[in-house]
Amino acid sequence: MSEPGARITRAEVTHVARLARLALTDDEADSLTRELGVILDNAARVSALDTAGVPPTAHPVPLVNVLRADVPKPCLDRDEVLSQAPAVEDGRFLVPRILGEEP
Amino acid sequence: MNATELAAAVRSGERSAVEVVEEHLSRIDAREGELHAFNLVMADDARAAAAQIDAAVARGEDPGPLAGVPVALKDNMCTRGLPTTCSSKILDGWKPPYDATVVTRLRDAGAVFVGKTNLDEFAMGSSTENSAFGPTRNPHDPSRVPGGSSGGSAAAVAADFAALSLGSDTGGSIRQPAALCGVVGVKPTYGAVSRYGLIAFASSLDQIGPFATTVADAALALEVIWGHDPLDSTSIGSVPSAIESPLAVLDRGVEGLRVGIVDEITLAEGIAPEVRAAVEAAGLALESAGASVEHVSVPSAEYGLSAYYLIAPAEASSNLARYDGVRYGLRVDGETVEQMNAATRDCGFGAEVKRRIMLGTYALSTGYYDAYYGTAQRVRTLIIRDFERAYERFDVLLGATSPTVAFELGARTADPLAMYLSDVCTVPSNLSGDPAMSVPFGADAAGLPIGVQVLAPALQEATMFRVAAAIEAAKGSAS
Repeated sequence: MSEPGARITRAEVTHVARLARLALTDDEADSLTRELGVILDNAARVSALDTAGVPPTAHPVPLVNVLRADVPKPCLDRDEVLSQAPAVEDGRFLVPRILGEEP
Repeated sequence: MNATELAAAVRSGERSAVEVVEEHLSRIDAREGELHAFNLVMADDARAAAAQIDAAVARGEDPGPLAGVPVALKDNMCTRGLPTTCSSKILDGWKPPYDATVVTRLRDAGAVFVGKTNLDEFAMGSSTENSAFGPTRNPHDPSRVPGGSSGGSAAAVAADFAALSLGSDTGGSIRQPAALCGVVGVKPTYGAVSRYGLIAFASSLDQIGPFATTVADAALALEVIWGHDPLDSTSIGSVPSAIESPLAVLDRGVEGLRVGIVDEITLAEGIAPEVRAAVEAAGLALESAGASVEHVSVPSAEYGLSAYYLIAPAEASSNLARYDGVRYGLRVDGETVEQMNAATRDCGFGAEVKRRIMLGTYALSTGYYDAYYGTAQRVRTLIIRDFERAYERFDVLLGATSPTVAFELGARTADPLAMYLSDVCTVPSNLSGDPAMSVPFGADAAGLPIGVQVLAPALQEATMFRVAAAIEAAKGSAS
């Protein structure tokens, strides 16, 4: 059992921010450590219920795989889609270099 | 005039759609500066659409069940070629290349869009204060919040900027602002309304629904937007063909219906005495109308909020991974792709969105997945089972919508958990997937509206609307 509000450390916050691709400032990491601790205390109440042997629900309605007929149909207009991107080149999205790749 | 009356008047040629839309635009002119219900007012488009409706009527055509009715759309629903921001800097300026299915259906029914409404960023919040473009204010008292996240849509209908509006409800985001603004708000059965073109927050919980000033108007709007959509793989195939029309049964009364007042969302700590009193008074009104009313316990509903604040952020952390500065919206430059992604997201997302992405990423991360996300999913099963048990004895359930009336701006912004508690009465229905709606019933001593929540089993909207209509007819005098 953790101390109240101490379920997550600052190092964990920094690690999770990396996973979530968020370049947090130091101030943001500090306040998130505090706030997430309090929120997780409340969330951890779910463990008060006996859920042994209870199947998890991922979705409220029973889902079966839905397939449409295999018939070609028009999709979004490429130029219209690309017109909304921050950077494009030769009909494609343009991004900075991938990590480790030579420029 | 409400939506039903407006549509009838426009269809019959008694009133012109242009005149109707001008009336609404002039009300927007007069009060929008104070309330900030909209991110975008579509005055010119609305006038043009209304003129087309009038032309159709003049040619002897029927423009549809919402002919000339001014409608506002929450700004997380895609409108082709028109900005759709989710009240986030990360999508500022983005113009979707397609329309949401609900937008197409409303337009085909003759509706006239007057604007895109403000929301908590990506629908995450309960007060519309988390908008990158500033808060919306409550038309009943502009020092107070309209609720959220669909606060702009609720305020737009309460201020008569539009006769109808659409919101989205992931944990109460239609019902809670409806209660705080004194209007009707409906979260339909999960899968009844297509989510195609609704920008995703938590995909297993999100559902679109209407705001209206009357229960009949809400039913009218719902029957236009619901129905199977091949573009949404979670859309239910049997809607609407296999379920009863709410509109057709509104005046059938509640004689013989069994109504259960849910203790966990009526009597729980934190629910204000005047809100409890309104729920009990609604129960008494239904009893005098011929229903049988009893209290019932749905024990695991008490854990709904805790489960919700693991499941919804977990799904959000996955859904919001797409805002990476590559395909749309904001980009903040970086040397590498990863630096560009992280800088874009830190700059583009507001504090609450970051908090939920962090919470969800943590709850799904190695070592914590089963303790948090896994347990929450099992609790979700228990909540579904408890509701099923309650519905063996009752046709509908009753409870509070919001624990309190509208609160002052700023009252809960410093404490995320206090804000989350605003959703305690509404999240159980999102977890179960069942329909629920809020109906205005009474007011507190200061005259602020109170909403009573009606809950029903999946696809039993018709019964839910019958009960809501009876509550509406009893005219709340709970205060």
